[in-house]
Amino acid sequence: MYPSSFDLTVARSVAEATAALSEGGEDARILAGGQSLIPMMKLRFAFPSLLVDINEIAELASLERQNGELRVGATVRHADVAASDLAFGAVAAAAPWVADPLVRNRGTLVGSVAHCDPEGDWNSVLLATGATVQIAGADGSERSIPITELIVGPFTNSLGEGEMLTAVHVPVPSGASGGAYLKLERKVGDYATVGVATHLELDEDGRISSAGIALTSVAPSNLKATEAESVLIGESPSGELFAEAASLTADAAEPRSDIRGTAEWKRNVVRVYTRRGLEQALSQARSS
Amino acid sequence: MTAAQTLSTPPEIGGIGHSVPRQEDARLIEGQGNFLDDISLPGMLHMAIHRSPVAHARIRGVNTEAAAAVPGVVAVVTGELMAQHNLAWMPTLSGDTQAVLATDKVRYQGQEVACVIASDPYTAADAAALVEVDYDVLDPVTSPQQSLADGAPLIRDEKEGQTDNLVYTWESGDSDATDAAFDSAARVVSLETHYPRSHPAPLETCGIVADINSVTGQATLYMTSQAPHAHRTLFALVAGLPEQNIRIISPDIGGGFGNKVPIYPGYVVATAASLLLGTPVKWIESRTDNLISTGFGRDYHMRGELALSEDGRILALRADVLSDQGAFYSDAQPSKLRAGLFHVVTGSYDFPSAHVTCRGAFTNKAPGGVAYRCSFRITEASYLIERLVQNAAYEIGEDPADFRLRNFIKPEQFPYTTPTGFVYDSGDYHTAMRKAMDEVDYTALRAEQAEARAEGRLIGIGVAHFTEAVGAGPSRTFDIAGLKMFDSAELRVHPTGKAILKLGVKTQGQGHETTFAQIVANELGIPVTDIKVVHGDTDHTPYGLGTYGSRSTPTGGAATAMVSRKLADKSRKIAAHLLEAAEADLDFSAGVFSVRGTPDRSVTIQDVAFAAYTNMPEGVEHGLEGSYYYDPPNLTFPYGSYIVVVEVDAETGVWKVDRMVALDDCGVRINPMIVEGQIQGGLTEGFAKSSMQWITFDEDGNCIGSNFMDYLVPTAWETPRFELLETCVPSPHHPIGAKGVGESATVGSPAAFVNAVIDALAHLGVRNIDMPVLPDRVWAALQSAGGGVG
Repeated sequence: MYPSSFDLTVARSVAEATAALSEGGEDARILAGGQSLIPMMKLRFAFPSLLVDINEIAELASLERQNGELRVGATVRHADVAASDLAFGAVAAAAPWVADPLVRNRGTLVGSVAHCDPEGDWNSVLLATGATVQIAGADGSERSIPITELIVGPFTNSLGEGEMLTAVHVPVPSGASGGAYLKLERKVGDYATVGVATHLELDEDGRISSAGIALTSVAPSNLKATEAESVLIGESPSGELFAEAASLTADAAEPRSDIRGTAEWKRNVVRVYTRRGLEQALSQARSS
Repeated sequence: MTAAQTLSTPPEIGGIGHSVPRQEDARLIEGQGNFLDDISLPGMLHMAIHRSPVAHARIRGVNTEAAAAVPGVVAVVTGELMAQHNLAWMPTLSGDTQAVLATDKVRYQGQEVACVIASDPYTAADAAALVEVDYDVLDPVTSPQQSLADGAPLIRDEKEGQTDNLVYTWESGDSDATDAAFDSAARVVSLETHYPRSHPAPLETCGIVADINSVTGQATLYMTSQAPHAHRTLFALVAGLPEQNIRIISPDIGGGFGNKVPIYPGYVVATAASLLLGTPVKWIESRTDNLISTGFGRDYHMRGELALSEDGRILALRADVLSDQGAFYSDAQPSKLRAGLFHVVTGSYDFPSAHVTCRGAFTNKAPGGVAYRCSFRITEASYLIERLVQNAAYEIGEDPADFRLRNFIKPEQFPYTTPTGFVYDSGDYHTAMRKAMDEVDYTALRAEQAEARAEGRLIGIGVAHFTEAVGAGPSRTFDIAGLKMFDSAELRVHPTGKAILKLGVKTQGQGHETTFAQIVANELGIPVTDIKVVHGDTDHTPYGLGTYGSRSTPTGGAATAMVSRKLADKSRKIAAHLLEAAEADLDFSAGVFSVRGTPDRSVTIQDVAFAAYTNMPEGVEHGLEGSYYYDPPNLTFPYGSYIVVVEVDAETGVWKVDRMVALDDCGVRINPMIVEGQIQGGLTEGFAKSSMQWITFDEDGNCIGSNFMDYLVPTAWETPRFELLETCVPSPHHPIGAKGVGESATVGSPAAFVNAVIDALAHLGVRNIDMPVLPDRVWAALQSAGGGVG
């Protein structure tokens, strides 16, 4: 497996990185963990002319809580998230399920988010938890958009030329909350056959004040089950309520039959995993 | 150590029965192994292959201009160029011909079309991508059923006299007696199932460094070869090179599993290129190359029927197979047996009649049919009979274990002649199965299963009792492309008492450097650490057929014991001379000759070795060395009883193994630790095939499974814990009572895993789910049986 030839530049700052990206044009790619990009290059599915290595940029390496948000910098590894006490709910639940230990040691959360692979786990978690992404532009500009606005389609994000993701911000709930990420995979390191991220916040009366459900691998992009979310909000949790939300989520999924299984079965797994995920999120919220 | 085995040497000698640490491990663990890709020769060029992206197409033209123009490219080899040297086609192991580089048509996705030779592998890969082929795409044939149906596109239109896609028909057994038994049967149980295409997927892919000296004509071929001697002869016959000038060196091999038995086009082109260019040429497959183009295993569509008597005895078996051969027929099989050892399909059971039919069909898929950790199609046979027997038990409402115990061949019936003509050497199936059942507390497990069912939980208990047939020859029955399947050993004891053992077989990780030294240690009393084992270099080892089909210990191991005994006989003469005693008065034990009755009068094997070069008795030839070519009188028949317990998630179809107990009887165990390692690995492969692993194709003939993201190899995370048990009934005809074991667990375990899942659903009427038993298949079976939850 030999990639075609490419240039490599090591950026020392975000400004250097965005300038290099801008100059490199369409065929320039950021190299963070490289766990998706390098295999694609070796398989000759990707032929970037320039790689901009951002691993030397110190400010991108931080994982911290600030202003009521969990901030995950662009070079924070999946393993860092999995090991961190700062992670919570669906974020903490998903981290150990990303790929395998080798990939988690090198691959980055933000890189996975930018990649917009519908089989990637993180975008479901961010959709369920209402995260935002931080974007730096070549002109030194910075902006922040909700994750819903970053995901355009399969392997397609809304970043403009010369732009890069610098961090992901996940709001930290102030009250009782819980989350889960249930992933059906064929073996460790496999992409999800079905992944379901769930997130619940409860008000003081125990009613659901905020709910998030999002799906991996069962639609052209990670899918936010908005209809299911809306039936949960304001209600008291119950088996019937979760069953209804699970059914709505299954209806929203757009699975396709493939080597991993039939569409019909995947839709069923979405329903089962949504119900189980909501139950787990609730149990966590009640004990939080 | 089994109860039946006794140690005849102390640990410091390390003969048979000692779990001697593997002699080869230190160098492999410390990165001092020497694998194919470690070999680098001065001036060496690198080859990359341009492969067909489509499954079936006529080639209108091949344009190599852009590829040839890449700086660093030395040559671009096409089928046309190979044809000029009469090397565009080559024979397969099954007497068919296979394209080396396609000239007329491509017949599967991934077929070799052109090769680029360049200064480095990056340049070669860049240029290979620039080869332009003009294809006239044809309809692909993607299943053997489609292949043999009327109007199917003719795949092998170049083959003289070939008017359809039928490769062969073959049968075994007695059809009249079988028909009569079925006519008189109280019940008939049938099963249709597909044993899917799988791939051996050795972690080291295939490769070659071809180095042909333009002056001397000496061809040194470093190859990932499981059978270097056979390959040398085939190269001599195909390429017309004088055999004394061909030296095949098979260095450390990172797994073979049957994948490194065939000769692949890449080997041939690299060798031709080295010959034409006068420089060494290296070719190393990529993972995708390996998975999409080299020898696959299985792909048998099987139908089996059992005729049963009123009292639950098996009367007869019928089996019919449709084999998906791919575009070229290149099964690794003994010449006389089209379907290999599939007709050992009567398994562990005593009944009088069987009839087996098999048809092979060409399809637009990669060729292969190699024995993937399997003795020539016996895996498919074992799977079919063990699945059928399980269903027969359900049919008559009996426990599957009890049904087996009633129908087993009894210990006193050995040697037992099967209805398809095999003579099983030895066994005690009842003891084996009862021991495995006791280990899991089978009766309590069944009670637990019933309780779980009452609570709506699905627990399944799968049983399989396989009998394997391994160790080909005998040479009268078994040959590969005409080369008789004996094997050899050459042993030389140096003056200081250290020894060098040279083998015709070739390890790919099996531990030959340890176990074969242990055989010598056992016979001669030379410590195992004083024995060097040499193999894989045809200039320096005696002729042999190679390592596959669990044949090394049955053949090469026997040869090693026999040559050791030859040397022991000579040593006795020398010892008698040294001790001034009669040969008949000498005892020989653990490397010491002593005079019977006066044990203080003794000499060691080391004394004897020194004397062989310094102080020989009159009239005895100097030196202490010899060789032995062993032609086994029969196959060996290892067996095992496996029990698997699973729990199925009724909502999703996901199943998990709770317990797996595997009892193996492979006769005498030379190195128990290595045997257990073999079994652990084989069980893992069986688990993989039953649960996740297959190569499939879409309707256009695109291979799904071209990398390790699609073709799944389980890790320690998914793999259940295996509990190993053993019994030991030695082979009566093998010099040390050993049977082959390397493949037993791969052969025997898939049926146990699948039977367990079926057993969890059996009360709902489910009788079959094809492998891999993916959760969606389980869920669908539950849905149609009305047992799904929610």
